[in-house]
Amino acid sequence: MEILVILVPLALMLGGAGLVAFLWSLKSGQYDDLDGAAWRAIADDEPAPKAPAKR
Amino acid sequence: MHVTRDFSHYVRAAGEGVQHIDLAVEGVHCAGCMAKIERGLSAIPDVTLARVNLTDRRVALEWKAGTLDPGRFIDRLEELGYKAYPFETESAEVAEVAESRFLLRCLGVAAFATMNVMMLSIPVWSGNVSDMLPEQRDFFHWLSALIALPAAAYAGQPFFRSAWRALSAKTTNMDVPISIGVILALGMSVVETIHHAEHAYFDAAIMLLTFLLVGRFLDQNMRRRTRAVAGNLAALKAETAAKFVGPDEISQVPVAAINPGDIVLLRPGERCAVDGTVIEGRSEIDQSLITGETLYVTAEQGTPVYAGSMNISGTLRVRVSAASEATLLAEITRLLDNALQARSRYMRLADRASRLYAPVVHATALLTILGWVIAGASWHDAIVTGVAVLIITCPCALGLAIPTVQTIASGAMFKSGVLLNSGDAIERLAEADHVIFDKTGTLTLPDLEVMNAADIPVDIFELAGRLALSSHHPVAAAVAQAAGARSPVVGAVEEAGQGVRAIVDGVELRLGRPSFCGAEALVGSVDPEASIVAFSKGSERFVLSVRQGLRPDAKAVIAALKARNVGIEILSGDREAAVKSAASALEIPEWRAGVTPADKIARIEELKQRGAKVLMVGDGMNDAPSLAAAHVSMSPISAAHLSQATADLVFLGRPLAPVVAAIDASRKALHLMRQNLWLAIGYNVLAVPVAISGVVTPLIAAAAMSGSSILVMLNSLRARSTSREIV
Repeated sequence: MEILVILVPLALMLGGAGLVAFLWSLKSGQYDDLDGAAWRAIADDEPAPKAPAKR
Repeated sequence: MHVTRDFSHYVRAAGEGVQHIDLAVEGVHCAGCMAKIERGLSAIPDVTLARVNLTDRRVALEWKAGTLDPGRFIDRLEELGYKAYPFETESAEVAEVAESRFLLRCLGVAAFATMNVMMLSIPVWSGNVSDMLPEQRDFFHWLSALIALPAAAYAGQPFFRSAWRALSAKTTNMDVPISIGVILALGMSVVETIHHAEHAYFDAAIMLLTFLLVGRFLDQNMRRRTRAVAGNLAALKAETAAKFVGPDEISQVPVAAINPGDIVLLRPGERCAVDGTVIEGRSEIDQSLITGETLYVTAEQGTPVYAGSMNISGTLRVRVSAASEATLLAEITRLLDNALQARSRYMRLADRASRLYAPVVHATALLTILGWVIAGASWHDAIVTGVAVLIITCPCALGLAIPTVQTIASGAMFKSGVLLNSGDAIERLAEADHVIFDKTGTLTLPDLEVMNAADIPVDIFELAGRLALSSHHPVAAAVAQAAGARSPVVGAVEEAGQGVRAIVDGVELRLGRPSFCGAEALVGSVDPEASIVAFSKGSERFVLSVRQGLRPDAKAVIAALKARNVGIEILSGDREAAVKSAASALEIPEWRAGVTPADKIARIEELKQRGAKVLMVGDGMNDAPSLAAAHVSMSPISAAHLSQATADLVFLGRPLAPVVAAIDASRKALHLMRQNLWLAIGYNVLAVPVAISGVVTPLIAAAAMSGSSILVMLNSLRARSTSREIV
């Protein structure tokens, strides 16, 4: 059962990483336009960004 | 006279040397449009950001400060085939967006915690039947507490706050039992963990929050979307006015930048965006949007004009008395206030359910505790059982029953061209059993149509259309549009108040009043509603009859409503002859003409007394109070601002079919909501006896809770399959 010492923190860290990633994606506005995002994924040529796009 | 467009009101600074504007764009609906717009706008030098939001139908633009005029973006979009309008985010929408993000963040936290606590709970459940050491179980419980307590404290905020607000106002709502259930479950679990007990309910409490947050988020998202659409509508209606900035210089500015006392120019064919008084000029104005009356009114010095009036023939200078629609007709304002107060008394289905729910659940839990104590159990065991009852009855499925259906039904309505303005509109629309239509602009189309185009030779009609392009008169515009004219006749001269003339190949063409074209003799028995415009080519004479036509599918829609056993009548402010002809064309036996706003409300009240639930469909400003007074109301997109803001639903496009589609969709939605509530109640009926008997383990609680929630969600999905045969 000593394996728990590694596994439990590992599991929590993985979950925590998922949460942080979610909060970051929310903050960077990735949920603002769900309809558009669905189409952007399959658009063939995005116009090349002229400057770092995000606020 | 020099005209400039002034967009400075909408432009804001976005960081160093960068300016930002939001545009609402009409007609963006696919990936192709999105790519086309972004490419087209990015091609303009110095544009640093051009990003389309397909959900909200908007474009965000940023460019190097001082290098570009925002008008250029609008022109560019026009070239690409899209109409765009500068857009100002309302504070209400900002709040909705912030709330929506907050709920999503809470949901993320709760979902994270649920998954991790569940990961710890499953070993405990399986360990309880195998050979887990008590120390290991305690360790897992403590870990669960470590995750669940902070997560619940954060993600539970929406519920705790709302419950606290309700309790401070000495009322109760659905969030009160939720908050009590969650807090008791967590508190009891901590106590149990300290005492090395076998069962802890951390997983149930946090899972409950997750499911409820899904429902809450869906509900909020629907409202946010509605708000965004409403914001766009306001922008698309191009609330601008030509304001005098110098004696001879005018600037096209948004209404928000106009103050009382300013002088604006109203050209023929323009819709007035402000309330004011004519100080110079003479013209005919169409006030049908305000009074329902289709006859034009003469406007001259001293005539009051209201926002929504259409200027027909001459140019007017208007002194602004109120830029917003705050003052309009005092009577309408007063009626509207009264009607709106009466309306807020409606109680939503969810509130009605929770009002019954909370006392029953809390009484059951209390009785369970007392019952066990009387039966000889220890206080500790009795309380544990009581809390288990609370957990098992926590309105998980109940909280999802209505928002999930609403979200899916509003999406289905959106597809058939109906936008929701208020959240409970679906419930109220489903109950409607009597429809009152306004005539002008609702049963009829707001724009004019040439009624006798078929009687006129095609080449003549085409020529008339081309000549009509040189006039601003709305009737001429209708002729030009009906003829599909594109290239104006060269050298056409407009004679104010008379018509247009031109000489083509040595033959004189004239379009305008019958007297102007020498065609009085041809004007005979034409219907009283139509405007007559004459056309002459050399010695040939023709008359065109132009009027507002009925919506193309109006008759079929009326028949479909009758088939659904819905009472129908027309209440119009227009003249008797006009209303009578529309009523007979549509086979509506009940109609009233020349009705004032107060009469309309009186009629609605009369129907209410008889127990009818009235759906009011209207567009004019004179309809606004009755729209508010009715049980539920609908407006076409072309309606006056005030009416649109008051209506519960707004429908798009020329056909009237969305009215029937909305009724069908909402009836189905209400049916599903009721069904969901029954499912949730049925689940409680099955689960509560188990909880009372004290044999509930955390495993049973978790399974029952998620099972009922998923069942309700799946049932809600059925709202998506709207029947296609509308009419």
